[in-house]
Amino acid sequence: MAGLASTLGAGAMTNSIREIEDVPVIFVIGSNTTESHPVVSYFMKRAVKKGSRLIVADPRRIDLTRWATRHFQHRVGSDIAFLNAVMNEIIRNGWHDRDFIEKHTEGFEQLRETVSRYTPEYAGEICGLRADEIRELARILGTAEKVGLFYTLGITEHITGTDNVRSCANLQILLGNIGKASAGVNPLRGQNNVQGACDMGVLPDVYTGYQKAAFPDVRRKFEAAWGIEKLPDGEGTKIPAMFDGIHHGDVRALYLIGENVVMSEPNQAHTVSALKKVDLLIVQDIFMNETAEHAHVILPAACFAETEGTFTNTERRVQRVRKAVEPPGLARDDWWITAELARRMGYDMGYTSAEQIWEEIRSVTPSMSGIAYRRIDHKGLQWPCTDEQHSGTCYLYCDNVFPCGKATFRPAEWKPPAEVPDEEYPFVLTTGRRLWQYHTGTQTRKSGGFNDICPEEMIEVNPDDARGLDIRDGDYVFVFSRRGRLKVKAWVTDRVTPGLCFMTFHFSEACANVVTNNAFDPIAGTAEYKACAIRLERA
Amino acid sequence: MDGRHIQTVDGNTVLNVARQNRIYIPTLCYHPKTRQAGKCRMCVVEVERMPGLQTACSLAAREGMVIHTSTQRVVETRKMIVELLLANGKHNCIACEANGACELQEVAYRLGIEKPSFPIAERDMPVDTSCPMIIRDMNKCIHCYRCVNGCNNIVVNEVLEMGYRGSRMTVVCDTDKPMGESSCVVCGECVQLCPTGALVEKKAMGKGREWDTNQTRTTCPYCGVGCQIRLHVRDNEIIKVTGEENVEPNFGTLCVKGRFGYDFVHSPHRLRKPLLRKNGRLEEVSWDAALDFTAEKLLEIKKTSGPGSIVGIGCARSTNESNYVMMKFMRAVVGTNNVDHCART
Ligand code: SF4
Ligand code: SF4
Ligand code: SF4
Repeated sequence: MAGLASTLGAGAMTNSIREIEDVPVIFVIGSNTTESHPVVSYFMKRAVKKGSRLIVADPRRIDLTRWATRHFQHRVGSDIAFLNAVMNEIIRNGWHDRDFIEKHTEGFEQLRETVSRYTPEYAGEICGLRADEIRELARILGTAEKVGLFYTLGITEHITGTDNVRSCANLQILLGNIGKASAGVNPLRGQNNVQGACDMGVLPDVYTGYQKAAFPDVRRKFEAAWGIEKLPDGEGTKIPAMFDGIHHGDVRALYLIGENVVMSEPNQAHTVSALKKVDLLIVQDIFMNETAEHAHVILPAACFAETEGTFTNTERRVQRVRKAVEPPGLARDDWWITAELARRMGYDMGYTSAEQIWEEIRSVTPSMSGIAYRRIDHKGLQWPCTDEQHSGTCYLYCDNVFPCGKATFRPAEWKPPAEVPDEEYPFVLTTGRRLWQYHTGTQTRKSGGFNDICPEEMIEVNPDDARGLDIRDGDYVFVFSRRGRLKVKAWVTDRVTPGLCFMTFHFSEACANVVTNNAFDPIAGTAEYKACAIRLERA
Repeated sequence: MDGRHIQTVDGNTVLNVARQNRIYIPTLCYHPKTRQAGKCRMCVVEVERMPGLQTACSLAAREGMVIHTSTQRVVETRKMIVELLLANGKHNCIACEANGACELQEVAYRLGIEKPSFPIAERDMPVDTSCPMIIRDMNKCIHCYRCVNGCNNIVVNEVLEMGYRGSRMTVVCDTDKPMGESSCVVCGECVQLCPTGALVEKKAMGKGREWDTNQTRTTCPYCGVGCQIRLHVRDNEIIKVTGEENVEPNFGTLCVKGRFGYDFVHSPHRLRKPLLRKNGRLEEVSWDAALDFTAEKLLEIKKTSGPGSIVGIGCARSTNESNYVMMKFMRAVVGTNNVDHCART
């Protein structure tokens, strides 16, 4: 979320889900909403029924396009060129919000300069769109009363992920679609508590509420709160560097909570060899999985239905999680296990309940200090919520005050994906999820009925390509990349354009991450799951 | 209303006024979410100086209205409607999953109906079990249109329609396909809205009825929308999930994962005991053994190679509280900022 933090200030959805129904123009880019965030898609579809226009920009003909006013099928990895050209057209026609730009933003001239090089003709070549299509989108967005922009991993999972996000933010700042209801820049979070994990400071550079670890004042505050003499300075390592560190011998112990990295990290072979090499692998999880098989110690955890606490949803809403059943066997709450380790290492956290931990979180996190369990018993509260009289924040920046003073344009240059198709690997593979399964499949595949609906992985291949390779619908194919090989069933469909293929990482038998590329965005540390080059062969 | 003076805002319906003032008016087709359908006529009331009976769900309250909600005429009419509905379907409560949570059963009970006074019509439509999650028994359908409205206007999946005419009238999926072969995305909104046992959750069959279960409000464990759900629990087992109506962010709606993806909790593959690798094999051990081993080993690595040689990856599915403790552990106890999680997904 570094892209949003550097333009607007906070790495979160600026607006709320319920506002979607009143967004006049909904612009969805890089989000397969009906499958990844179905309930959000209901709001979008209801808005369409009430007269909103829904604009989808996605390389695939995703289901949401059934309700879309227009669908722009730009090429995988061409987002920056695409958005820059749209902004160029908006500025050229004078559709930008001059008043807002003048009063509340910085860097407009640099943006104008950068995007001016992206003519619709030039960008059209990169995006595989006609120049008039780009002009049309610029007109739709530029002349709309308000636009709400929504994106997901299609934007972030690229080596240019941070710049992609910045481009989305640039567009919305340019149009003055910030600081009002039913507008904004809205990343939809994939996992239930990604927002919360970020908010809690499970990141190498920040403490809770994005308080910077580099600031001595912040460290002093936490040193005092925790009774620690000296907290570490300097930035920690991000996930990709952790695995590299193991290979180099700098990292000797890895404590993994609930992440099945063998399945979820790109370039599986690289991940597995790191897990085999590390001196101490601690896995804390609810299931035995492909990652835990390599562990030296496995700590069984309670799952969501067996624990008390809170999750924070994609719209910054802190909501209660409650215990409904007893955990199996000896499994315990995640926090209990970690605190026990701490105690045995000489530091007693002294927690006896989740609420006690939350009280401590509130006391060190100004943006959440107004959120108490008793206030969110029925309905969650959205941060910032600074005291107990505060009713939470539906949309950010309503007074046009940004954490860094003004909203900042961060112009970005387009760069092709780290790996582009060539003679040897002529197809682009992009990845994502399906409605019927979730993430690495550890939960849905163990729930009844799901495997009946979606029993195995399928790679989407365009009919033209399939014909050329003599592949029929339902045939098995081998997928090769520079990193690995897998066998999977083909689904011949025009959901994908010629030259493009699509897979998920839900199934260990055919996990896309065997072949995906572990090149990553240098700022966010996010790997390029959305584009790699592959070759197909009939099995 | 019923002799009480009630003030309300302009445009409020008589039904709303009654419900806000705890006056009982039964409805079968009206639901706060799908609103009036004008189908069942259960909500009839008598209004002075207005002819006939009026349906409360569609009647706007006005200054000076005098309303009677339970005159003999009203009650007789409601009784007749319910008796007709009961006679028109296969309403065998004893065997029905919806027993105890059925709105038809509830109104029949409230009106004191023991058995229909009309001859029971022969309805013998095959039960549709083609969907892995939902069972449709159209013999119990009372044609209230809630599911049709919900599917088309609330979740906008546009699968259900009322098909056929007269006595053959029934809800159809797409162009009358079995549900499992239709474009249904199994969100379960129709099941949640159905007032009878015509639509029920397959996996919950025989696992317990409304009165057997405890319900716990919590948050969906799948995607970042954070839908509010209710876990229905019997004997330490989650048997069903429903969406919490009337509250953000989802206002009762769910998707297939949130509604039907709960039984992983009780999977036999869950980890039940700490495991420690001994001689290359993972063996079950006590918490003390597992934690002491881990703590010692971490201390040793910290001492010999420095805190920077230890890294932690947190969990985007675990609670805020657990994530905070993990973050604190890495920074305060290990002494490193090497902590991250998969922020991308
Ligand atoms: S489950 Fe959802 S999509 Fe399927 S018929 Fe019911 S409401 Fe429609
Ligand atoms: S299936 Fe249920 S909700 Fe649908 S019309 Fe029949 S009774 Fe009403
Ligand atoms: S019910 Fe579906 S949309 Fe709602 S939080 Fe769960 S997974 Fe997300």
